[in-house]
Amino acid sequence: MKTKTFVTAAMAGLLAGSAAWAELVVPDLSYRTGPYAANGTPFSDGYQDYLNLLNARDGGIGGEMIRINECETAYNTEKGVECYEATKGDSPLIYEPLSTGITYQLIPKVSADGIPMHTLGYGRTSAAAGETFPWIFNYPATYWDAASVAINYLLSENNDDLSGKKIALIYHNSAYGKEPIRTLEALASKHGFTLSQLPVDPPGQEQKSQWLQIRRERPDYVIMWGWGVQNQVAIQEAANVGFPMDHFIGNWWAGAEPDVMPAGMAADGYKALNMNRVQDYPVLKEIQAQVIDAGNGAGDGSNVGQVLYIRGMYNAMLTAEAIAKAQELAGTSQITAAQMRAGMEALEITNARMAELGMEGIGPEFKVSCQNHSGSGEGLVQQWNAAEKKWVPLTDFITPDKSVIDPLIAEDAAAYAAENNITPGCL
Amino acid sequence: MLYREAGDFKTTYAADSQTFPIAFDRWRYWAVLAVAWLVIPFVIDDYWANAILVPFLIYSIAAIGLNILTGYCGQVSLGTGGFMAVGAYSVYKLMTAFPDVSMLIHVVLAGFITAAVGAAFGLPSLRIKGFYLAVATLAAQFFLVWLFNKVPWFYNYSASGQISAPERFVGGIAVTGAGTAPAAQYLICLFFVTLCALLARNLTRGSVGRKWMAIRDMDIAAEIIGVNPLTAKLSAFAVSSFFIGIAGALFFAVYLGAVEVGEAFGIQKSFLVLFMCIIGGLGSIFGSFAGAAFLVLLPVALKVLGVDLLGWPSSTVAHLQLVAVGALIMFFLIKEPHGLAQLWRIAKEKLRLWPFPY
Repeated sequence: MKTKTFVTAAMAGLLAGSAAWAELVVPDLSYRTGPYAANGTPFSDGYQDYLNLLNARDGGIGGEMIRINECETAYNTEKGVECYEATKGDSPLIYEPLSTGITYQLIPKVSADGIPMHTLGYGRTSAAAGETFPWIFNYPATYWDAASVAINYLLSENNDDLSGKKIALIYHNSAYGKEPIRTLEALASKHGFTLSQLPVDPPGQEQKSQWLQIRRERPDYVIMWGWGVQNQVAIQEAANVGFPMDHFIGNWWAGAEPDVMPAGMAADGYKALNMNRVQDYPVLKEIQAQVIDAGNGAGDGSNVGQVLYIRGMYNAMLTAEAIAKAQELAGTSQITAAQMRAGMEALEITNARMAELGMEGIGPEFKVSCQNHSGSGEGLVQQWNAAEKKWVPLTDFITPDKSVIDPLIAEDAAAYAAENNITPGCL
Repeated sequence: MLYREAGDFKTTYAADSQTFPIAFDRWRYWAVLAVAWLVIPFVIDDYWANAILVPFLIYSIAAIGLNILTGYCGQVSLGTGGFMAVGAYSVYKLMTAFPDVSMLIHVVLAGFITAAVGAAFGLPSLRIKGFYLAVATLAAQFFLVWLFNKVPWFYNYSASGQISAPERFVGGIAVTGAGTAPAAQYLICLFFVTLCALLARNLTRGSVGRKWMAIRDMDIAAEIIGVNPLTAKLSAFAVSSFFIGIAGALFFAVYLGAVEVGEAFGIQKSFLVLFMCIIGGLGSIFGSFAGAAFLVLLPVALKVLGVDLLGWPSSTVAHLQLVAVGALIMFFLIKEPHGLAQLWRIAKEKLRLWPFPY
């Protein structure tokens, strides 16, 4: 590592032409290869392009330039760990791995090393309990929020009554896909619907048997927790067995352009949750002009304005706001990872601020605190219009049923604290 | 000149049948051990431990295990990932059920549990051979992964279905969990690697290993000269699974710390370990190390070269890596089917005559 750090530092010095230490280091654990590349690429493009816009337009944040340290994980936990070890010597401020598997891997590591980790609507839901997980943040929403938002939407469609309905959950057979089960089970007993579970082994190119089962059981609704190639295949299979698309709801990682495009017109009417509204934000024009047209785009620019691109940009915006907050609290522009954590814990996103940043209404308003690392948990439902190739928001932000989720979070966090000898408390 | 038998007189049978008959090799062997045990623990850091040395050591154990089965006994197995999962889940159940027992004991017990499972899945090998056996072990791979996903008892009913290693100790020093010092991680792996390599080397040059090789070379002939195929094949499956179980236990507990069975122990892992054996050299302990080093180091080396030094996009380098590994496997299969170990053997032969070859 000594030589590696030296080499990296030397290279960075050469490339930047300025002192390497006067920078805000933000690693981007991205994936542009493998079965998840279709979803990982636009997200990473949006993430990097926004940070590059800040560099180009404002000279970084608070006068400090941002240096992005990209590392390819291929959505693979082993490579994720290697990336973490390779980048952590650079005094990074934050980790955002875009993978629930890697998140589980890194939770103990970042907590021991004192580097905050932000998992935007993914990762371990109970990390919302900030007193048990001081270094982990999952604002603006968690998987359990997503499950509850989906059920709340179905309730509103069915005159607040789901009793006797059959709902099937088709999920990525991994930590990611299993996350919502606990909440959906609790909601099933509360609202009286039956839940059937259909695991799909990753990466999920083969789903014939699951969809035959759906065809046989004829559930009223199918909810999907999918990612990568699994989404495309599921939507195609749903069309093949003739399942009504408007009764098929993906979570917010199963509702983007790469997921529905391969099925063509057959995907028309497919619904999905979203945590960020998709529309033509003024900031996208600035990115186009100052980053992509200037030749500094992370990708080829073809993803600008897509669901996952906007989510990546939204993620970068939340990170940038947290850095600014941390700089304000610390009274210095040169912040450390510990100061970054304090900034994240004091983060507040208001409608006024989002409008000021040129992305009015992109996400819900929320405020992070020591007790609550998960924000408001709101999400909206959008529908795919295949003719116009556009996602159309159907609802405004829907509030999840916190009365079901909060006790589950408390229970899971308490179990984690007991397992790992953690005394919950604010740092 | 330096590397030769001449002048190195063996006066006992033990000396005559030792592993390294050439003095230079013996010195080299002790030098490697001395560096590994006495120097590296003091200079190791997080990156070297987690990205290079710990995975290298763990994959070496797995490759030795598979080499015993495939290289020495000739039974092709595609179940390595599944057997590693057995090791990982056994050690997880053991370390959560008996937190005060030393990890060394847990890892060895996990090895024995895997040996039992491996022997059970080895039973079909008495009837079927070659490709058909490979398919039977492939079934073991899929069955075991399915089992660990399906039965919540194995992952202690956790919500995510993941298993994560709590902090556990060997003689008061943490070897698992996030707070583990890199030297501790490295040393526990090195301890098992040294033990396994010694054990494997001595098994393979003794009567047990000769029986395995007899079965590999021609099983009917072996039966005629009195080798019992039942004990020979099942012992190969058991010993091989023992090593693979230890590798799986360390892979989960010491290296990754949290594991999702489908991802960490999927079919790709079986192929990866098989490639290590093929590239390193079937039927060679040194080859297991060489293959593991090659496949662990190659991606890291490509990444350092491509991303850090040349500044290429990380996705291009990741794609190039796939191309490079595929090309190298084809190259080795065509040009040197006996793997890196054979290159090493040829180098040694040439070295004996150096500088006066005839």
